[in-house]
Amino acid sequence: MNQRAGRRKKVPLVELAHARSGDKGDTANVGLIALKPEYYPILVKHVTAARVARHFKGMISGPVERYELPNLHALNFLLHGALDGGGTISLKTDAQGKVFSTALLRLEVEVAR
Amino acid sequence: MKPRPATVRIAAGQGFWGDWLEAPYRQVTGGPVDYLMMDYLAEVTMSILQKQKSRDPSLGYAKDFIPQMERILPIVAERRIKITANAGGVNPRGCAQAVAETARRLGLGGKLRIGVVTGDDLLGRLDGLLARGHELRNLDTGRPLSDVRDRVVSANAYLGAWPVVEALRGGADIVVTGRVTDTGLTLAPLIHAFGWRPDAWDLLAAGTVAGHTIECGAQCSGGNCLADWEQIPDLANVGYPIVEAAPEGTFEITKHPGTGGRISVAGVTEQLVYEMGNPAEYITPDCIADFTTIRLQQTAKDRVQVSGVTGRPATDKLKVSIGYFYGFKAVGTLVYAWPDAYKKAQAADRILRQRLADLGLTFESLLTEFVGADATHGPLARASTPLDQLPEVQLRIGVRSPEKAAVERFTREIAPLILNGPPSVTGFAGGRPKPEEIVAYWPALLDKRTVEPCVEVVDV
Repeated sequence: MNQRAGRRKKVPLVELAHARSGDKGDTANVGLIALKPEYYPILVKHVTAARVARHFKGMISGPVERYELPNLHALNFLLHGALDGGGTISLKTDAQGKVFSTALLRLEVEVAR
Repeated sequence: MKPRPATVRIAAGQGFWGDWLEAPYRQVTGGPVDYLMMDYLAEVTMSILQKQKSRDPSLGYAKDFIPQMERILPIVAERRIKITANAGGVNPRGCAQAVAETARRLGLGGKLRIGVVTGDDLLGRLDGLLARGHELRNLDTGRPLSDVRDRVVSANAYLGAWPVVEALRGGADIVVTGRVTDTGLTLAPLIHAFGWRPDAWDLLAAGTVAGHTIECGAQCSGGNCLADWEQIPDLANVGYPIVEAAPEGTFEITKHPGTGGRISVAGVTEQLVYEMGNPAEYITPDCIADFTTIRLQQTAKDRVQVSGVTGRPATDKLKVSIGYFYGFKAVGTLVYAWPDAYKKAQAADRILRQRLADLGLTFESLLTEFVGADATHGPLARASTPLDQLPEVQLRIGVRSPEKAAVERFTREIAPLILNGPPSVTGFAGGRPKPEEIVAYWPALLDKRTVEPCVEVVDV
């Protein structure tokens, strides 16, 4: 275990990907795009819907869906119940989820050194 | 019959109501373009416009559009550039009339034709539709519209590209519409110029992807782009995007020479995933586009080619955007300075909440954010940032309620904290916050057959 861990390191997604997000009602979407094509498989393997749901625990009230866009080296996440009702109803600064994308980039994944 | 062009250039001039006033002028003067596409309508814009129209029946459209036209119409008329714009809001005829008056004043009488697309406005037809069994259930909650019928302030079907195509075929130079989809404003000129057929699903999907790429203006040409953002040159002089399309459904995204910003695969990709749902099913009134088939390639500096797009037949439904009165909200802010800025803001929040409770006030929602600490990243930020040394923190607290009186009372509890709460507080120059009426968004579907777009083309 320790030996294996020695050959791997934790990297925040901001070093592997860029992202943009938007809204549909009370759902925020986060498009996560690999900075290099060779990073895309890392995103597919590690940034699962379940992992993203854990990452945003306490920030979203609904489920997380994930879609793959291998052609764009991108994943699209739908974060349901993320915007305090969304649109005009929401009291949040980020009522339209514009920067939810950057919060996802804090997530850390384990990659080979 | 006129020969089909080898390429068509569509320039994005406006990505939302309130976008850069300089962009349309720069797009029609910075180099050759065939069409100027101007998108004005977001989800809640129609209800704002409906309110304006109820106060003055001659209003209800994006007023900014008229001075914009005044500035560019002489150039547009001379260069034979055509315009597609959903600036008409809930009063496309009023908008077209204002454009026509402007054109005549500029001496362009007899030189321009204006197309008007209506038929999207369902407000006057709602009770008939409900009576005939169209429930207009909320796509998110499943509730039938009858639950909020008496509070509806606007209802508009999203029309697609075809009514705009009809206006262009009728010789319109400027097409003013109500709630036509953002993508339809770009797809329509392509259908018109290339003679694409209504069942050419791959071509319609390609034109839809072109529309999605440029519908937010500079958001695909370097604006709001995270990838390598500090290296994006000269955003002060940012070039808005231009679609340069070929009849077989491939197109390039570019911008005028000498402008700032950047057209890159990374930036275009960011725009493609913006507001994305299921990427294999981007549903519009015109087709279903499959975004998982898009191929992007940088073919030159500031030039990205888009190809490979496939599509499927459109559904038999139209999306309907309904605005309904929901309640009231207000947001108050105060700024606390070092030392202990965060702790002071937290203390002020506790005090305020206790006072609201002591007054017997309850709210549907009471939300506190500490701007500078956790407003955008919530607990993720609190877990990773040392919060005890922040130079300042803004306490931002909002309430929402069906009762205006409760919201009104809340707005009077912010200012007293300056003198009777925690120390080192400032930033109240804006005065007491105002209770704001909430018009909420109710998305629904409706059978396509029930909506009949109306197209008129008139000489100026």
